[in-house]
Amino acid sequence: MPGIGVVESQRIHFNEPLHLRSGGVLPSYELAVETYGTLNAAKSNAILVCHALSGHHHLAGHYADQPNNIGWWDNIIGPGRPLDTDKFFIVGLNNPGGCHGSTGPSSINPATGKPWGADFPMVAVVDWVNAQARLADFFGIDQWAAVMGGSLGGMQALRWSITYPERVRNALVIASAPKLSAQNIAFNDVARQAILTDPDFHGGHYYEFGTRPVRGLRLARMLGHITYLSNDQMGEKFGRELRNNAFSFDFDVEFEVESYLRYQGDKFAGYFDANTYLLMTKALDYFDPARLDDGDLVRTMARTHTDTNFLVASFTTDWRFSPARSREIVAALLANGRKVSYAEIDLNYGHDSFLMEDAHYHGLVGAFLGNIKL
Amino acid sequence: MTLMPGRPDFDVIASWVEPGHRVLDLGCGDGSLLRQLIATRDVQGWGVEIDDANILAAVRNGINVIQSNLEKGLADFADDAFDHVVLSRTLQTVRHTEHILREMLRVGREAVVSFPNFAYWKNLRSVLDGRMPVSEDLPYQWYDSPNVRFFTLLDFETLCQQMGLIIRERQVLDEAGTPVNASAARDLNFLGSLAVYRLTRPR
Repeated sequence: MPGIGVVESQRIHFNEPLHLRSGGVLPSYELAVETYGTLNAAKSNAILVCHALSGHHHLAGHYADQPNNIGWWDNIIGPGRPLDTDKFFIVGLNNPGGCHGSTGPSSINPATGKPWGADFPMVAVVDWVNAQARLADFFGIDQWAAVMGGSLGGMQALRWSITYPERVRNALVIASAPKLSAQNIAFNDVARQAILTDPDFHGGHYYEFGTRPVRGLRLARMLGHITYLSNDQMGEKFGRELRNNAFSFDFDVEFEVESYLRYQGDKFAGYFDANTYLLMTKALDYFDPARLDDGDLVRTMARTHTDTNFLVASFTTDWRFSPARSREIVAALLANGRKVSYAEIDLNYGHDSFLMEDAHYHGLVGAFLGNIKL
Repeated sequence: MTLMPGRPDFDVIASWVEPGHRVLDLGCGDGSLLRQLIATRDVQGWGVEIDDANILAAVRNGINVIQSNLEKGLADFADDAFDHVVLSRTLQTVRHTEHILREMLRVGREAVVSFPNFAYWKNLRSVLDGRMPVSEDLPYQWYDSPNVRFFTLLDFETLCQQMGLIIRERQVLDEAGTPVNASAARDLNFLGSLAVYRLTRPR
C-alpha cells in the first residue's frame, strides 16, 4: 500500500510562557509540527503521535524536495495503514528542547541574542505534555481520539492519560515503562558523560566556538544503539564477521559490528544536537509519575479516566524496557478497573521493535484504533 | 479452543453474573463469552489469553485482553479485583491445576469453571471400544489435543473438597448442551458431557 506521499511541516509560535517542571520558563517558543489527514468538523478524529529520544515531527511521507527523507514512523501511517489517514487526523511535533525545528538549546535565546546552549532550561515529560496540550488547543481539539508513542513517546502517552485524563479517549503505550530502572539511568549517564567530557563541549556553549562535541555524541549514540538491539539480532546480523576475513591486530574497524556502530554513531553525530541529547536523557531519567502519589503507581493510575481505553504493548526481546516494565503499567491500570489490553509481541529487534513493520503488531494497533467511533 | 459462538455453557455462566459485575475470563479466546456477557448482562469484562491470534481477535472485538500465561498464575491481578473469574473449557489444558484454582479465588470473589467430563458415558464407551474419545466437548485427536489433564466431575469435586473450596452451584450439560436432570452425582457423572461449576472459598 502506498504511503502518504509528499508532506509539509509547519512552525507554530506560542507567545504564552511555558512554565517547566524544573522551575525554568520558556518565555515563548515555536513547535515544528506535521499533520496528515483531515481534522473532521467535530474535531473528534485527531491522533497525537509522541516521539522518543531522537525523534521529531516528521512522522511519515517525504518532503517534495527531499524524496529520501522518509518520516520515522512511515510504515504505520497512511491511507489504509494502522494510523489510517483516510479516517484520522494525525499530529506529530518536535518537543520543546528538540533540535528539529522546535525551540531548543540551539535556538536563539531572546534574552541574550545567542544560542541557549547550556542555559536552556531542563524539560520534563510533563512539560512536553503541557506544550502538546496547547498544540491541541491551537487546533481546537478538546479531546484526542488517541495519544500514542513508543519508548519515551509511550511515557508521554501515559502522562497525558494522568495529567489530562478527560482529553484522552485512547492511549497506546508501546515499549515503555512507568519509570527508568537504575540500569537504564546508568546507561544514560555514561552517554551523557561521553558528551560532557568532550573537549569540544565547552560547557554546552559550543555553538559560540564554532564546534560541536561530535566524539562524545557519537559515543553516546553507539552505546545507546547497543541497548536498542537484542543480543540475538546482533548475533544474527553481525556475528563475529570480519571485514577483511583476517585479524589486522590494530584498532581500526575489524568486526562488522564495529563498523555498523561507528556508522550509526557518525550518522547521528552529524545531525543531532548534543544539548538536546542531554536534555532528552534527563527527561527519561526524571520520568516517574508515581511520585505524584508517594511512589504508588496504582494510586497514580487512579487519576486516569474510567472511559479511557489503553493498549499497552511490549516486545519479548526488548531488554531496555522489558515486558515486565509494561506489565507494571498494566497491573496498576487493572488494579483500578481500567479498560486495558496488553500484548507481548514476539519480535526479534529488541527495543527498536516498536519501529518495525510486523503484521501482528500493526494488526493490533490497527484493530485497536479501528474500534474508535467518530 | 474457545472459539465456538453461542456455547451452552455461556448461557449458564451468564445466568450467574449480575449487571455491573467485574468478570475476568481466563483463556478468553476471541472474547466471545465476554462479548455475550457485556451485551446481555452489562458486565465489565477483561480476558486473559496467551495466543497471538486470539489477542488480535479479542482486541478487534473491542474486548480488554491481557496477554499472559496462565501457568504462571495471575500476578498482574490484585486480590479480590473481580466478582467472577471464569475458566471456560480450559482447566483441562492447565498443568498447575490447584495453583490456578487458588489464583482464581484470590483475585475473584467467585470462580466459574467449565470442563469436559471424561466419565461421560460416550467417552467411556469409546475407551471400552479401544479408542480415545472425540466428541463435541472433547474435539481433538489424542496427538493434537491441548488437554493435559483428564478428569471427571467426581474427581473435580473431590479436589474442591480437598482444597476447601465451596461449590455454590453445579450445572451439567449433555453433548447437545441440554441440562442433565439427575440428582445423584454418580448419575450426573455418567450422563454429563460438560460440567459448569460456581465456586467460592470460605471468607
